[in-house]
Amino acid sequence: MAALDEVQLREGVDRETVETVQSMAGTYKHGWETEIEMEFAPKGLNEDIVRLISEKNKEPEWLLEWRLDAYRRWLSMESPDWAMLNIPEIDYQEQYYYAKPKSMAEKPKSLDDVDPKLLETYAKLGIPLKEQMLLAGVEGADEPRKVAVDAVFDSVSLGTTFQKELAAAGVIFCSISEAVQKHPELVKKYLGSVVPQNDNYFAALNSAVFSDGSFVYIPAGTRCPMELSTYFRINAENTGQFERTLIVAEKGSYVSYLEGCTAPKRDTNQLHAAVVEIVILEDAEVKYSTVQNWFPGDENGKGGIYNFVTKRADCREARAKVMWTQVETGSAITWKYPSCILRGDEAQGEFYSIAIANNWQQADTGTKMVHLGKNTRSRIVSKGISAGHAQNTYRGLVSMHPKASNSRNYTQCDSLLIGDKCGAHTVPYIEVRNASSRVEHEATTSKVDDDQLFYCRSRGMDEEEAVALVVNGFCKEVLQELPMEFAMEAQALVAISLEGSVG
Amino acid sequence: MLQINNLHCELEDDSEVKILKGLSLTINAGEVHAIMGPNGSGKSTLSYVLSGRDGYTVTDGSATLEGADLLEMEPEERAAAGLFLAFQYPVEIPGVGNMTFLRTAVNAQRKARGEEELSAGDFLKLVRAKAKELQIDADMLKRPVNVGFSGGEKKRNEILQMAMLEPKMCILDETDSGLDVDAMKLVSDGVNALRDAGRSFLVITHYQRLLNHIKPDVVHIMSEGRIIKTGGPELALEVEENGYADLLAEAAA
Repeated sequence: MAALDEVQLREGVDRETVETVQSMAGTYKHGWETEIEMEFAPKGLNEDIVRLISEKNKEPEWLLEWRLDAYRRWLSMESPDWAMLNIPEIDYQEQYYYAKPKSMAEKPKSLDDVDPKLLETYAKLGIPLKEQMLLAGVEGADEPRKVAVDAVFDSVSLGTTFQKELAAAGVIFCSISEAVQKHPELVKKYLGSVVPQNDNYFAALNSAVFSDGSFVYIPAGTRCPMELSTYFRINAENTGQFERTLIVAEKGSYVSYLEGCTAPKRDTNQLHAAVVEIVILEDAEVKYSTVQNWFPGDENGKGGIYNFVTKRADCREARAKVMWTQVETGSAITWKYPSCILRGDEAQGEFYSIAIANNWQQADTGTKMVHLGKNTRSRIVSKGISAGHAQNTYRGLVSMHPKASNSRNYTQCDSLLIGDKCGAHTVPYIEVRNASSRVEHEATTSKVDDDQLFYCRSRGMDEEEAVALVVNGFCKEVLQELPMEFAMEAQALVAISLEGSVG
Repeated sequence: MLQINNLHCELEDDSEVKILKGLSLTINAGEVHAIMGPNGSGKSTLSYVLSGRDGYTVTDGSATLEGADLLEMEPEERAAAGLFLAFQYPVEIPGVGNMTFLRTAVNAQRKARGEEELSAGDFLKLVRAKAKELQIDADMLKRPVNVGFSGGEKKRNEILQMAMLEPKMCILDETDSGLDVDAMKLVSDGVNALRDAGRSFLVITHYQRLLNHIKPDVVHIMSEGRIIKTGGPELALEVEENGYADLLAEAAA
């Protein structure tokens, strides 16, 4: 732990810099950059780059072929244009597809051996990489809770905490590159089985160039002894992050997985195209929570992350259950539809979402509930908040296949507008192909009411506190689905994301 | 305590609409004043202008609380300075627990005054004790602010907020409207319990019967944006008996 002690000593020295950068970055709190020597693959994308990434990760031949296959498919595909997004043309040859801190050339044996500067980055972000540490600021936590963390910095995973303790329970939690080395049979069996290489343009791109991400395997009948989390940080400039996450929950298992993301403030846009695949077998349950706080661009819409993400859970067997909860506050553009394939009979899918778009942010997000099995259930609760000049769209598909008899969906989409220059849109697609299933859809649009704000202020709250309170109330149904540690963070984030949106 | 001098205001959106036209009023510490008057005389506007609601432009005059210029302050600063308005129509805030709202308000004011925030435990003890006096049960403290509250519950909730925030100057805007006899008694008892030498009240009402419960020291009659007559409690009785017609005629003469 010597390295970590050193980090804390250095903290004080660097705090001033951090604060300066923060004040320049306006309201975005994670806009600083870690100055570190990086190793880049040459700019641009071609088969050689794909080969190089595969080689860097010391991958087996089949995976290289898989990547190349994806790359060739990607070349013949077109960027989707059906979302209510204005996506500037992206020059894929102007990006770096691989960036790794030089100090990570030799993979450190443990987190203790990781470059202190990198550890410091996570310390500044408040991410616990010490095994005895817990997420701070948790009110009312009766007993200390452990959270295992996989820290991904640009293209590589720095390390994963609590691996021994998890291994004792039979749980595998490591970076996907490590999984490829240590558990190739599992990766080979499941990779691409939920999101095929050619699923969509961005998934194909990801399949070709994915770098790191997390791998989770929960054996049959096991309840994962702690929350698992991955923290993604984009640091290098002009570099895309293409993480790939694969979660497999065997029969009767349970896991709660959290994901957090931040990036420095920059004038240029950066690309993030991730794929998350979840395989859930009989009676197993996976809870997947995201707090996405990529840099959203400045108040004039300059810079920010383009977030094109494919997330899908396959409830492959009977009574499999998945619950997606997402708090999307960052990114200049969000294109993301975490989906549930309810294949097994009585499978259940839930989607709880808060999407906040402020200033010039654009969000087109929602879910797909594909009911294939009998007696399947799904529930969608979406809360979209628009402020400034932002456009926020809920787009969701509920599909009841002919064999999905007696299935049910309930959808609730609420939009909240702050100011008069933003927009909220709800685009539900409903396909019902059997007579015994039921689909319900409710949608509301409202404005943050001046009377509510005045009422709060007349009781002593300042304007921002008042907006945060009203908006948190609006989001409550979703916030309460988040694990406690995340709920606190998300609540604070909701307030921060809307700073400057009134008055 | 509260000193209003020659206060003029008009609607922000329509400067043709003048509402307060030279209103003056002095309330000393510990006093209870009542304002009565016909509909449209500007009673509620007075309460909004004092508490800082948007939509009105003050064109002349002044209003000070313990010497501090109220009109220069943001609504939350007025609250921290000790001003409290019990709303005629308390606002609903879906999803925000009543308790969360109260604690946020109490701590925001304490913070603004440079005092330490109340701990969760201390706050809970305090709110439970005060809620009990107003017959507000645990369920009502948990429910979202004013959502699905009955008229009486909303008004009791306003008084609970007042009791928790311990303001110096309390304005009650038609707190009796929509209350049955029992609820009015409960609300009045709550207000009377807060009466003290350091706290003043301005009670806006249409009806004398509230003043049977909350006994005023001074009664003002307001019409057309100013005070047209000031007297003791007997003035309210006179209005109850004869209506405003005579007083208005007298003022016009």
